[in-house]
Amino acid sequence: MARLSTWQELPAGGAVVAAEAEQPHTGGWRTGLRPDVDLSKCINCLLCWLYCPDSAVELDGTAFAGFDYDFCKGCEICAEACPTGAIEMVAE
Amino acid sequence: MSPELLTGGEAVAHAMRQVDPDVVPVYPITPQTPIIQGFAKFVAEGRAQAELVNVESEHSAMSAAIGSALAGARTMTATSSQGLALMAEVVYIAASMRAPVVMALGNRALSGPINIHCDHSDSMLIRDSGVVQLFAENAQEAYDLTVMAPRVAENPDVLLPVLVCLDGFTITHSAEPVELLADEDVGGFVGAYRIPHSVLDVARPATQGPFAMPDYYYEFRRQQSAALEAALPVIADVAADFERLSGRRYRALEPYRLDDAVRVVVALGSTTGTVKDVVDELRDEGRPVGALKIGSFRPFPAAALREAAADAEAVIVLDRADSPGGAPPLFAETAAALYGSGCDLQGHVYGLGGRDLHPEDVRAIFAGGQPVHVGVRGEPCPV
Repeated sequence: MARLSTWQELPAGGAVVAAEAEQPHTGGWRTGLRPDVDLSKCINCLLCWLYCPDSAVELDGTAFAGFDYDFCKGCEICAEACPTGAIEMVAE
Repeated sequence: MSPELLTGGEAVAHAMRQVDPDVVPVYPITPQTPIIQGFAKFVAEGRAQAELVNVESEHSAMSAAIGSALAGARTMTATSSQGLALMAEVVYIAASMRAPVVMALGNRALSGPINIHCDHSDSMLIRDSGVVQLFAENAQEAYDLTVMAPRVAENPDVLLPVLVCLDGFTITHSAEPVELLADEDVGGFVGAYRIPHSVLDVARPATQGPFAMPDYYYEFRRQQSAALEAALPVIADVAADFERLSGRRYRALEPYRLDDAVRVVVALGSTTGTVKDVVDELRDEGRPVGALKIGSFRPFPAAALREAAADAEAVIVLDRADSPGGAPPLFAETAAALYGSGCDLQGHVYGLGGRDLHPEDVRAIFAGGQPVHVGVRGEPCPV
């Protein structure tokens, strides 16, 4: 486990500066199901990227490029939003 | 400049006009209303540039104030009594998010029974919220402290809300000669607004007000207490600069005629003016008495108080707030500061809900033998 900061080391009021912050891999909270994609059905509408409440849908420019499981919580919103059924939730 | 005849509320409105904050989210409440009414008039006349936000409650006033202060806008507001009670939840959050909001507090008794007049129960309600609380003796001090407050609030070692407390009606509504500084002098004194992490700095985005679990909450609370401790020397520095500008001297603890004083009264707010007058009368009669005015209740000048009261035989504390079932706040604070010093300590509660404390009452308090609750009708309980 990383060493915890002392009160003198913490920024005033706990401001978290994005570029400087450690990124805890909150995908560890995922509840057993993860999204899986069938790229043959994907029409690159990016609704999954738009609806993802975290930032777990990755893009390559403007093209769908998969999921970042370090941050995906398994909420299934992307699978619900997908208009072509390309995203399916599968057991870990 | 020659003095103007102003109420304390008007004087604070002038200070706000001269500080020229960017945002003022505010909700009216007696006896604070003249402050914001006066400031709103300055905005309407184009004499102040602030975005005046007419929020729907004091809870919203402080919520909006946090947002604007952390977005990078100098922010001021004002409230009293029930307004502060409604705001209290967000006052704690403002302090913990280290939002340097300056707020005038027209001190007024908390309900119930409902009352609009002065006591300090509203200030004491948020005693432990982590905000700085400076107390004015009169309209001039309310004006001066409002000019000084942004410098204290925005100091990088402090970064906390600062409350300028002025007794409701006694100061907010009473007209006195007040010497205003030149607009440009106040502008130069307060300088530009800077905070370490501005929400609107898109080049360096930051999250404010994070969740803190048991592994970090305590560290943030410790950091807040360190910021309040740091505020004492900052108040002294800002007051020294202000003295160079105005010729008027402010201290977290102001001693009054303490030389050889045997009996010393400790008090807050406008009452200290009455106490000083009585000290003068008693000194004229050859009685060795003095006074200690608490200019800053938070941070509390404990070390200075202990040193100042070192030679007194008796220290008498006047609280304009009660703590049912326990020691009143100023008494508890003074007792902690003087613990082990050997001087005799007495405490009195007075003036709740705007009851006057007359010079003859203060003379009786100096003489001793008064009940704990002075000025209340009914036989005193045995002490």
